[in-house]
Amino acid sequence: MRWNQAQIDSLLDGMAEALTLDSGEPPPSLVGIQSGGAWVAEALNQRLSTPLPLGRLDVSFYRDDFDTRGLKRSVKPSDLPFDVDGANLVLVDDVLMTGRTIRAAMNELFDFGRPASIRLAVLFDIGHRQLPIRADICGETLALPPHQRVELAGPAPLTAEIRDIRPEE
Amino acid sequence: MTLAPPPSSRVQLTEDGKLRHFLSVEHLPRSLLEDILDTAASFVDVGGRAIKKVPLLRGKTVVNLFFESSTRTRSTFELAAKRLSADVLNLDIAKSATSKGETLLDTLRNLEAMAADMFVVRHQDSGAPFFIANEVTPRVAVINAGDGRHAHPTQAMLDMYTIRHYKGGFAGLRVAIVGDILHSRVARSQIHALNILGAEEVRLIGPRTLLPTDVEQLGVTVFTDMAQGLKDVDVVIMLRLQKERMDSALLPSEGEFFRLYGLNNEKLRHARPDAIVMHPGPINRGVEIASEVADGPRSVILNQVTFGIAVRMAVMSMTISGQESNPDHGGDHGR
Repeated sequence: MRWNQAQIDSLLDGMAEALTLDSGEPPPSLVGIQSGGAWVAEALNQRLSTPLPLGRLDVSFYRDDFDTRGLKRSVKPSDLPFDVDGANLVLVDDVLMTGRTIRAAMNELFDFGRPASIRLAVLFDIGHRQLPIRADICGETLALPPHQRVELAGPAPLTAEIRDIRPEE
Repeated sequence: MTLAPPPSSRVQLTEDGKLRHFLSVEHLPRSLLEDILDTAASFVDVGGRAIKKVPLLRGKTVVNLFFESSTRTRSTFELAAKRLSADVLNLDIAKSATSKGETLLDTLRNLEAMAADMFVVRHQDSGAPFFIANEVTPRVAVINAGDGRHAHPTQAMLDMYTIRHYKGGFAGLRVAIVGDILHSRVARSQIHALNILGAEEVRLIGPRTLLPTDVEQLGVTVFTDMAQGLKDVDVVIMLRLQKERMDSALLPSEGEFFRLYGLNNEKLRHARPDAIVMHPGPINRGVEIASEVADGPRSVILNQVTFGIAVRMAVMSMTISGQESNPDHGGDHGR
């Protein structure tokens, strides 16, 4: 199964609308998780009438599977160009599965300060949660068997496809 | 005791090419050195946060095993380990067990029994960290923090980080290393790193008595005159003149050395106008470098120290990762 650019665009439109309705005061800041989440956050921001402050987070140093999987080859710097203390944050990722990435991201955010609130926006929710985490805004929910993943390609154009994972993963 | 280091980098790398020990930059692939620099860039950012700590090595124990004393290198390794949330044990072996007759291997076995995950080793004998890396139990990483005249790879990598930070890369760069090359493990590691990373030209400047014989084989150009050697260079790396060498008839006097090879503003004029000045520290003011240069606008000496912590964090996390990660577990991380 594939999503072409137009199909991803329509998912993003829906998410941007939900974000606008749900925004509150003070206006939130977007935090995209590297790399796919940062692409989605950027694409969402382009759809808002007033762009929001946008940051990027690489959670590699906060992952709980370092002991078994080691460090990712290319770690990118985290960049939050706003004060996290007291901020309303919207954490953005491309795919939500176990919830472990989100836990790592929240741990990292708290090392920058104490946000007033954190919400979660994801393009795809594919289930198989291992932690009590859910998305506040979700583009599409899929029920995938355990051996399948959604993979986002980007940053432009954004497309996605379902692929089988290799047995060793 | 002389322990000749093995010629290959085999002991340093896992089967799939990841770093598991960091003993020497010699023979390492360029992509791996670039990985170290890229990972370090992310750690530089951590040093600027309100909480300058990440949980990556939580629960790991890092042992600083210093057979030769060093305040600065040990402190930056200690700080690097602490910013990775590791527990740190500092052992100044120069003053402890070995003076009571314990052998290196016995010391090692005792520390392993304390469930150490990493040894950061400084030793006066060239090759000692290689010996230790060959002897440690699997899953213990070894980092060379300076061995004899052989290598000081983390210092070289922090210098490479500094150069890349200020110059954007290595292509077309002329780099001069000045002073006591003969006794300098830093210079050896820098030469290898600069050549691997593709610097245009590496120049060595110093008196004949302080240059190793056959040094040209390392892929460098040798100058004994500062004005010629510094002409149009982009980077000047000054080495510390070890004062204890003064006794050994290799040098006439400190004053004479400073007159010929000490870096002052006048000599620095020969370098490019945007050249940066580096020094591994600690500096001897008025011996190899004048205060007007060390404290001047082109000096990046203190920035090297800051970058050094990040580079050591990168090497520590990459080697622990190389020990931990199972080659069968490549590919995508769980979501």
